[in-house]
Amino acid sequence: MLRSTIEELYRSESRRVLATLIRLLGDFDLAEEALQDAFAAALARWPETGLPDNPRAWLVSAGRFKAIDQLRRRGRFDRSLATLAERLAEQDTGTPELEDGTLEDDRLRLIFTCCHPALRPDARIALTLRTVCGLTTEEIAGAFLTSTPAVAQRIVRAKSKIRDAGIPYQVPSRAELPERLDAVLHVVYLVFNEGYSAIRQDLSAEAIRLGRLLVELLPEPEAVGLLALMLLHESRRSARLGPDGTLILLEDQDRSTWDRARIREGSALVEHALASRRFGPFTLQAAIAAVHAEATGASATDWAQIVGLYDVLLRVDPSPVVELNRAAAIAMRDGPARGLVLVDAILARGELLDYRYAHAARADLCRRLGRTGEALSAYRRALELTSHHSERRFLEGRLAELLG
Amino acid sequence: MKYLCLIYSDESQWAAMSEEQVNAVMGEYFAFTDEIKASGHLLGGNSLLPTSSATTVRVRNGKMSATDGPFAETKEQLGGYYLIEAVDLNDAIRVAAKIPGARHGAVEVRPIEEFDAA
Repeated sequence: MLRSTIEELYRSESRRVLATLIRLLGDFDLAEEALQDAFAAALARWPETGLPDNPRAWLVSAGRFKAIDQLRRRGRFDRSLATLAERLAEQDTGTPELEDGTLEDDRLRLIFTCCHPALRPDARIALTLRTVCGLTTEEIAGAFLTSTPAVAQRIVRAKSKIRDAGIPYQVPSRAELPERLDAVLHVVYLVFNEGYSAIRQDLSAEAIRLGRLLVELLPEPEAVGLLALMLLHESRRSARLGPDGTLILLEDQDRSTWDRARIREGSALVEHALASRRFGPFTLQAAIAAVHAEATGASATDWAQIVGLYDVLLRVDPSPVVELNRAAAIAMRDGPARGLVLVDAILARGELLDYRYAHAARADLCRRLGRTGEALSAYRRALELTSHHSERRFLEGRLAELLG
Repeated sequence: MKYLCLIYSDESQWAAMSEEQVNAVMGEYFAFTDEIKASGHLLGGNSLLPTSSATTVRVRNGKMSATDGPFAETKEQLGGYYLIEAVDLNDAIRVAAKIPGARHGAVEVRPIEEFDAA
């Protein structure tokens, strides 16, 4: 009975406890060992003593004492560790340190430290999934199709950079917040996207959980916007794949299978973020997704509004990818010929030449215009550039249709 | 005249050395430092932590960017240095971003290696 309570506590509390231990001990590895030791101690002690009043506080202080013990033991061979142990032992943390407010701050500290811009982007993702979400190195490697040693090394390097370069365990100041939050949101979004396009629901679910945590801890409009965007995309998950695993485009999806609860939540969040008037690219993308979510079909979609939102997005966050999406929306509003001119203009500038969706978009527009030869070669180029199974099946299907 | 002597070496060679070899090279450095201290040449010097601890700071159009890793372009050349005391990397990055050179070139921020007082 108690054992399952402890396992449940591990799932719900271990990341909070770890975040606080990192602050108290000032070291990621030491804190991780202390966390394991604290839970081992709970398994040994609680069956006799019963569940403590505040298990979280108990685990934090048990972890801290275990770490000090550990350092003292190793300190027999290394004086600097002994000094560190004494310094930690002198810091009387007391109970105020363990109040909920401080603990929540620790979780934010952990997120901002793991997503620090001075870490490599792939290291930020690996470290966040490992420490904030508690995924194992194997799970992260599986999700990103890399080897476990490669992920482990990324995490080791990130931790030593944090230690050696003196990356602080801190929530950034007001002045630095917008930029730093942006880095955090991008990590969350990358995790979500990987889960979404590689059809790894667990990864998308993890990103949404992270998004919820951020909104709870720091309800900035863009954090709200990102959560909305993820929920609105996620609402279409079951509609975007056929029974054989082929990708189904938005316009061909069975909208009755869209998850209405997620759409309601996402749309409400979009409105909330837009009302703040301090929104950015994630909120705008979520607003576009919300317009799609409201429409009963592709032809009933308010394409004028979507183009308008892309116009704003292009001003706020100019990029060739946004331009491409805007071109696709214009094709829906004004016909494929108008869209194709815009897509070709991007490619003619030498941009997005290796971006699979640019070629897929071009292929689709050529197909609709009856320019079969061009459509075929663009679909082939897109196929060369994608490794995702569902996308490959979709592109192969289109090629077969055009050739048949 | 004052001169800055910059030391370039292959980090992977350092990493591959045994503790004994490292101690031997460090011994040479300590002897050299004592020698130029005695001769009156020494103004100061530090050992840097490896480039894996480096952060490169740039400011473009008023927007600061800090990225992982050392300065790796060959277009720009080393033009000067500041040795600063900062609370942590965020503080160091804030200072580095204010160096005028960060607006057209780049500033590499590297922690100084602290040796345990033996």
